[in-house]
Amino acid sequence: MNAPRIEPLGDCAALIHCGEIIDAAVNARALAIAHALEDARLPGIVDIAPAYASVCVRYEPAAWTSTDPAQSPFDRVAESLRTLVDNASSDATADSGSIEIPVTYGGKFGPDLADVAAHTGLTEKEVVARHSAAQYRVAMLGFTPGFPYLLGLDPTLYVPRRATPRTRVPAGSVAIGGAQTGVYPRETPGGWHLIGRTSLHLFDPARDPPALLKPGMRVRFVAQ
Amino acid sequence: MSISVLAPGWQTSMQDGGRHGFAALGVGASGAMDDVSRRLANLLVGNADDAAALEITLRGPRLRFDADCVVALTGAPLDGLPMWRPVAVRAGTEIAFGTMAHGAYAYLAVAGGVGGNKIIASRSADIAAGLGQALAAGDVLPFANESRMAHRELWRRFDSSQPQTSTENPGVVSAKWSLNPRPWFELDPHNPIGMVEGAHFAQLIDSARHALFHATFRIGGDSSRMGLRLREARLELRAPLELVSAGLVPGTMQLPPSGDPIVLMAEAPTCGGYPRIGHVPAVELPRLAQRRPGDSVRFAPMSLGAAQTRYLERERALAALARTIRDRLQ
Repeated sequence: MNAPRIEPLGDCAALIHCGEIIDAAVNARALAIAHALEDARLPGIVDIAPAYASVCVRYEPAAWTSTDPAQSPFDRVAESLRTLVDNASSDATADSGSIEIPVTYGGKFGPDLADVAAHTGLTEKEVVARHSAAQYRVAMLGFTPGFPYLLGLDPTLYVPRRATPRTRVPAGSVAIGGAQTGVYPRETPGGWHLIGRTSLHLFDPARDPPALLKPGMRVRFVAQ
Repeated sequence: MSISVLAPGWQTSMQDGGRHGFAALGVGASGAMDDVSRRLANLLVGNADDAAALEITLRGPRLRFDADCVVALTGAPLDGLPMWRPVAVRAGTEIAFGTMAHGAYAYLAVAGGVGGNKIIASRSADIAAGLGQALAAGDVLPFANESRMAHRELWRRFDSSQPQTSTENPGVVSAKWSLNPRPWFELDPHNPIGMVEGAHFAQLIDSARHALFHATFRIGGDSSRMGLRLREARLELRAPLELVSAGLVPGTMQLPPSGDPIVLMAEAPTCGGYPRIGHVPAVELPRLAQRRPGDSVRFAPMSLGAAQTRYLERERALAALARTIRDRLQ
């Protein structure tokens, strides 16, 4: 794997790029870097967020000033990040735990299950069996608070997103969009195919931590 | 010790220094659109600059102050209270704020801070993310715990040593001095907004690279605290870019397939996959935030180094100003 590239994301953030693909090894590298950054507890780092193939680091420029006028706060942050990235262990991420998510597939809870079956040439039963057989890993959270992007979808279940997104997807909906699968934590618009629903609350601002899942966590769906 | 919301105005919400440290869970920072005006409102009433204030949008709310308090109003020109200075308000006073003729956001800070429960370590409403919401008629906003002391203290000074001017509202007593908003607040629509090139700027076709810094964009009516949609100058890439979803921050200018750029604002999502063609730096964001739908915008190139130098200068100037105001309030 190439040495990560550091992109200035405006004047208060930097993106550490591990690649430009959705891939388990690249994601594991991004998660390892994010863990190393959290452990380092650098002063003036405001937020650390891993994504599929990158880590977004927000920083306070005033905490990264230099006596050398030629060196900008970004230069100094990038220098520190590079050192940490080089030393971040690239072996599997620290164990982020695992969770089973109970899902009621099909029917009114999974209005697109039949479409997914038709598109893939499988029966609805086979779609459910394959979706609930896989072991997933949370690559990142985003889109809306607590929304997990999961790696590990069976390639036979890849289905292009809906041509017209729904304006309202119910909270708890388990869905497939392209090569990705995820769960909608709250009612939002959404363009993925809804195949089932869970009663678990993926996000609750009153809970600590508010999100049920976190990057790196292993996930299994259990058909109810 | 509270403020009652009699009418919420167009959109009024609570905003503090933001919700930091939760981007990994998909939770963005939110916070004020014009954060400098919010910070100054707090400084003018002796608060820490990360305290919560009310963010008022376009048309102001009608509020009843249920206790004696000291407040400050900053940001876009707004009728209702004298701006850019501490103002003492008597218990029972009702203020009907007006409609802004220019600009988009004003901030009302209360000495001691507006309280209420925090949502994930912050009082900032992130309306798009469903964390907190805009105020509604009937809402009662409690003052923060430390408010009682802060009000008493400031009231005492207002009554004894501070010069006062009475306004048409008998419940309102204003300090004679005020802050010159000029270096901190500016509405001239002809003044370009500085922008740093983004990672995918070089992927724009030549005419689009030129247009980004020469065309006049117009703020779309579907803009919000999440982002400003820029119209009337579509930009084109050399070839479509397939990007993996990556982190985003307020100020990032994205180019969706429509060709109409979007500048992400306070409620920016934490990640997205559109090309990042530019970034409006932190020093320029408050000025951009004050452009309202229909207003025009032009951008001027700014280097990352210049943006950060100006940021450090601004923070030094704000710290010096905070000391001056603190002395004035003693």
